Order: sequence, then C-alpha cells, then structure tokens
Amino acid sequence: MQRHLISAADLTRDDAVLILDTAEEMARVADRPIKKLPTLRGRTVVNLFFEDSTRTRISFEAAEKRLSADVINFSAKGSSVSKGESLKDTAQTLEAMGVDAVVIRHGASGAPYRLATSGWIDAAVINAGDGTHQHPTQALLDAFTMRRRLVGRDAGLGRDLAGKRVTLVGDVLHSRVARSNVDLLHTLGAEVTLVAPPTLIPVGVESWPCEVSYDLDSTLPKCDAVMMLRVQRERMNAAFFPTEREYSRRYGLDGERMARLPEHAIVMHPGPMVRGMEITAEVADSDRCTVVEQVANGVSIRMAVLYLLLGGNEPAAAPIRTEEK
Amino acid sequence: MSKILIHGAKVLGGEQQDVLIDGETIAATARQGGIDWSATGVSAEDVEVIEAEGKVLLPGLVDLHTHLREPGREDSETVLTGTRAAATGGYTAVFAMANTFPVADTAGVVEQVWRLGKEHGYCDVQPIGAVTVGLEGRKLAELGAMHESAAGVTVFSDDGKCVDDAVIMRRALEYVKAFGGVVAQHAQEPRLTEGAQMNEGVVSAELGLGGWPAVAEESIIARDVLLAEHVGSRVHICHLSTAGSVEIVRWAKSRGIQVTAEVTPHHLLLTDELVRTYNPVYKVNPPLRTERDVMALREALADGTIDIVATDHAPHPHEDKDCEWAAAAMGMVGLETALSVVQETMVDTGLLDWAGVADRMSAKPARIGQAAGHGRPVSAGEPANLILVDTAYRGQVDPAGFASRSRNTPYQGRELPGRVTHTWLRGKATLVDGKLT
Repeated sequence: MQRHLISAADLTRDDAVLILDTAEEMARVADRPIKKLPTLRGRTVVNLFFEDSTRTRISFEAAEKRLSADVINFSAKGSSVSKGESLKDTAQTLEAMGVDAVVIRHGASGAPYRLATSGWIDAAVINAGDGTHQHPTQALLDAFTMRRRLVGRDAGLGRDLAGKRVTLVGDVLHSRVARSNVDLLHTLGAEVTLVAPPTLIPVGVESWPCEVSYDLDSTLPKCDAVMMLRVQRERMNAAFFPTEREYSRRYGLDGERMARLPEHAIVMHPGPMVRGMEITAEVADSDRCTVVEQVANGVSIRMAVLYLLLGGNEPAAAPIRTEEK
Repeated sequence: MSKILIHGAKVLGGEQQDVLIDGETIAATARQGGIDWSATGVSAEDVEVIEAEGKVLLPGLVDLHTHLREPGREDSETVLTGTRAAATGGYTAVFAMANTFPVADTAGVVEQVWRLGKEHGYCDVQPIGAVTVGLEGRKLAELGAMHESAAGVTVFSDDGKCVDDAVIMRRALEYVKAFGGVVAQHAQEPRLTEGAQMNEGVVSAELGLGGWPAVAEESIIARDVLLAEHVGSRVHICHLSTAGSVEIVRWAKSRGIQVTAEVTPHHLLLTDELVRTYNPVYKVNPPLRTERDVMALREALADGTIDIVATDHAPHPHEDKDCEWAAAAMGMVGLETALSVVQETMVDTGLLDWAGVADRMSAKPARIGQAAGHGRPVSAGEPANLILVDTAYRGQVDPAGFASRSRNTPYQGRELPGRVTHTWLRGKATLVDGKLT
C-alpha cells in the first residue's frame, strides 16, 4: 500500500483486493453491539472539506470514530479559507496541531495530489473527492458492493471482479465517480461500458480502458451491474442536452428499462439521486437497487483504508472473525 | 565612447571573424586578425578586446511579446527587472504587452512604459497598445494617439484576451493601415474556453481539468486571416500552439494573405503530459499541447510558416503558483531561457542554423514590430546591438539566479544548452561574462 490514497488508478489489483477483504472484516464490527475498534486510538484525523458534502463527510467520520481516532472536522465555509487563506496555509496550520491524516474534499481537480506531493505537509492524504478528477473510496465501496452481490460475501474474499460487466450511465464528463470506477473496475478485471449523450463524454475518452455507447437500451441486457450517475439540472442550461425530459427519456432508468436487465443484475447509484431525472422512484425503491447498501459499505471501506494507511501492522479485526467461528 | 574588438567569434555561427565596435555602431568586420585599422580611424591600442573564440555572435534578440507588468503588478516584474532579464537572455529590444493596470490603452500609459525603458537603459522597450479600451473588446482604444505619442506604437494587441467580436477585429485591422500598424491577435474563442484549465484531450479527460480545445485557437485564426485578406491588412498571430493552426497559417500564406505568426519557446519543448504533476508552473495560456503539436511547430518555425519566436514572458509572484492548479495564474517567465530552449529544440536537432535563429529571433521580429536599429545584419555601419553566445555550455536552469523578479519557470533543474555571455545595446555593454552591468 502507498502512503496516500489519491487516485483509484494508483491501486494495484492486490492492493484493491486487500482493501475489499479488510473492509469485510470491518463490516463485521458493525454487526457487533459495540461498533468500535481501538486501532487508531491516539491518532488524529482531520476531515478537510472545501466542498459541501454531508454524506461523504459523515461516512468518513463514522469510520474514523469506529477506529477510535480523534476526529477534527474542518469545513471551508465560515473558516479562514473564506477570508482568502490558501490551501497550503490551511493544511500547514492543521498539521501544526498534530494531525496524522488529512481526508480532503476539494472543488479543484488535483488539490489532494498537490497536498500529498508539494512538501507542504507530512500527514497521509486521503482523497474524498477532487473536482472532476477522482473519488477513490467511492469506487472502492462500489466494487465492494458489486463483489458482495455478484460474487458473494464469503465467496468473494480474495477475489476480484473478473468478467463482470458494469455499465455507468450519465454525466461522465463531470464525474469523478465515473473516472475512479473506470480505473478500479478495470484493475479488478471487470468490463466497463459508459453510456451517455456524446456531449457528456469527455474528449480523450478513447484512451480509457472501457467501451462507450450512446444507447442505453442495447447495453442493458448485457450487464451485471448498472450504475446511474447524477445529472445536475444546470447542465441543461449549458446545452449538454435539450431538456430534462428528453434526457430522462433517453438515459433515465425506469421500471420498463430495468426489466431488460438480466435477473441477477443490480442497480447502483452513488447518491444523491435526482428521482425522476436519471432514476425513477420505482427503480430507486426496488430490491435491485443497492443505494442504501452502498452507504453502509462506504463506512467499512473507509475504515479499511484508514486502517491500512495508518494502522501499521497491528491486527485489525482479525479476532472478530475468530469470535464468529 | 567605447571601442571594443570582439575577437574570433563565429558570426551567425559561420566563420570566425573580428568585429570592431566604435561608440554606438559597428565600425568594421573582417576575417580573424584582418581588421584594417587605418581605414577605421581607431587605434588598435585603444580598444578593449573581448576574446570570443568559439562563441557565436548574433544580432541582439528582439522579443515581440513580453509582459513587464509595470504599471500595476510591480510585485511580479517592473520595467527595470524585466529589461535586466531581457539583457541577461540576449535581448536588446522587447515589446511590452498592454495588459497592465491601468491598461496601456492611452498615449499616457504607453509613454510612461517607454520612458521607464529609456531611463533604465538595459534594453529598448517598445510598448504595445491595447486594441480596445480596457481590453474589453467593445470600443477601439485611441490607436492613432498611441502611434503619434513619443512611444510611437505600431503593434496593437489585447493579449490575454481575444478580440473576439468580428466587427471590432475588422475595424482594427482596417484602421491601423493608416499608419502602418499591425494587430497582434490572442486567438482564443471565449465561449469554447470557458473554465478551460489545460489542453483538451487524453490528459485532460483523465485529470478532470476543463479542456482548452485546439479548435478555439484555430477557428479565430481562420477567421482573422480571412478578415485580413478581405480588408487588405496584415495580422500577426500571438503564441500559435497547435498543428492545426500551422496548417491554417500555411494555407493563408500560400494565398498571399499578409499574416505573420509567433511561437513561444515552451510550446517548442513542453507537452501537456507535464500537467499530470498538477504543478501550476506548467499552467499557461494557450496551454501546453501534445507531442504532435510540438513537432509541427518546430517544423513550421524551420520552414518559415511560423515567422518568429516570442517569449510570452509572463512573470507571476510565488504565491500565485504555490497552490492548487485551478487557483493558479497562467504564464511562465521566458526571457532568460528562450535562446537555450531554441538551441535545444531547433539548432541541436538540426532544424535551424544560427543564421536561422538570428532571423527568427531578431531580424523578423524587428521587422514585424518596426523596431528601428534592431535585427540588422552584423556589418559595418550598423547599430552595435550584438550578443555573444557560448553554445558549448550546458547547465541546469536555476531560477534563484534569475534577473527577473519572478521565478515561475517550467525549466527548474532541467539541463539546457547555451548561455549568453555578452549583450551590447548600441555599443554599451549590458551583460559581460554573464553578469549584468
């Protein structure tokens, strides 16, 4: 494992499988009456959020607390950042207070990379989403969800997603979730197809390890998992598509389209969903939809990442498994 | 007045010659040891001899595209520090871009910049006037007044911004014909580059940075060469950066359209692959392009499709680059490394000889900008604007040693060939053994 987690592309297959396996161990903690491990006792983690994001921040915070870390939450709003303080100064200020890891969410692509590589701070850096670049823990929790559902909770241990067919639908151009997922799913051996109107596919996509299609209906019968990406209504005003309704008709997932999926296939969404836009209520509330599961899995994955980056060699949750036996 | 004998330099990279400077002019040139002293009226005992064996003697370089930042951003550069950087890099004349604060859109501002250059004396400073008031692209600035001012402006540009309104561009092209001026266009279609952070392509797709597509440059160049043809004016294209732009300019020239174009040193060497570091020292406008573009630009400079090299020297204070990519300023300093980069990319690759370098970096830019006394041949009777280059030198770029007030170079630690050792501005040494006077 590396010292930082900046991009899903930096993970080898073995790194990724190790994180998924560790997350399975962490998940068992959630089943216990006392959902806490002493692993990061005395370590301090700061959640440095320059962008609003309730769910990702809460997920990291839950993960950090379950590992007994001391948690500092820093949100840019109302802070010195809004008075013009630079990223460098903010990070150095926090490090001076003795922070071991920085979980950063930033609107500028590459901000976590800069933080990790510019010699500004020594702490481990975990990317919690940067601009339209990467969101590696999201890709990991998605892969975790797919492995559980498509391979099996116990059967999946030690295994990747070889041969699984995954389709990502929606605003790929502006999506860090899509970039991270394409990288990680490819590393794990899955076959990825992107589906979107051509306006929402980036120029240069031809170098990505995936297929691209403009037609959702022909893709659906061939997938094991379909992941719907959020489409912001503002995109309409920038002429990425003519109207919300047209987008919804051509690329939204409704009950009729869901019926075209193979029976075992799952429907995923990184949230927050825009019901009625990329996904109908019928699909969102169906048994096939893993949105809520993804949220729960997010905590396990973030625990695993924090443990592997900060926890060193101490056994994490190994005793738990023995208990269960 | 000074009398200097430059001994044994390879003039324009050719045969070794002796060059005698008397006061502000070149008094004589001859094969090594062959000066006819009786004809010059100079006594051999009175001259200071500069041993230049093995070095290349060129006319002083002329930069058609420099940002001196004064007035307004003296924290990044001043006319003094910028012209000291110019002398260090072998320049004897620079054209100062108009995007200062206040904008150089009146006779008052251009005269101020011109006068500061004259007072400091390191390098001739020829101000460029804004095309439109406040660079806003709506209303023509008083181009005639700037031309008639003491600064005698002949080049007009809204550089930093594109004159994107086709009617304003047409009128500007027409209007400057009255006094032989030229409009230098920063070709960037604004709508296609909203939120642009880097070249649009494979790397931007991966990095999630807003794309600056080649077509945003090429569409403006295509429009402007057609406008220039229609109204019979000449147009100059700033910092051309794509293979497609080269094709358009080549086509326009073959049609007899009066178009000239410049390329920056960084676009001859660097590619967008460097942006993977997210280090804003590589953030520049127009952005670094692909390997294919770099090769097309080199070839075009060699065959004359691109007329000149211009630095687009763009100083920025440290804090404007020591941050995340999106927050960083665009631009790189270039005056002190330009000749080295051109040697690396054009001379050492065999694409251009030193006479060609003198043409692209001195004679042609002086002609486009009408810089009197610059870019002249190295021969008797010409103004002594000369430089000596140690072409055998190789060394790492160390920004700590820059004369410029800013350090935002993309070449820190990179080994580059060539070093300017001497610069003479009308016979007066501004740089001796690599040190400013």
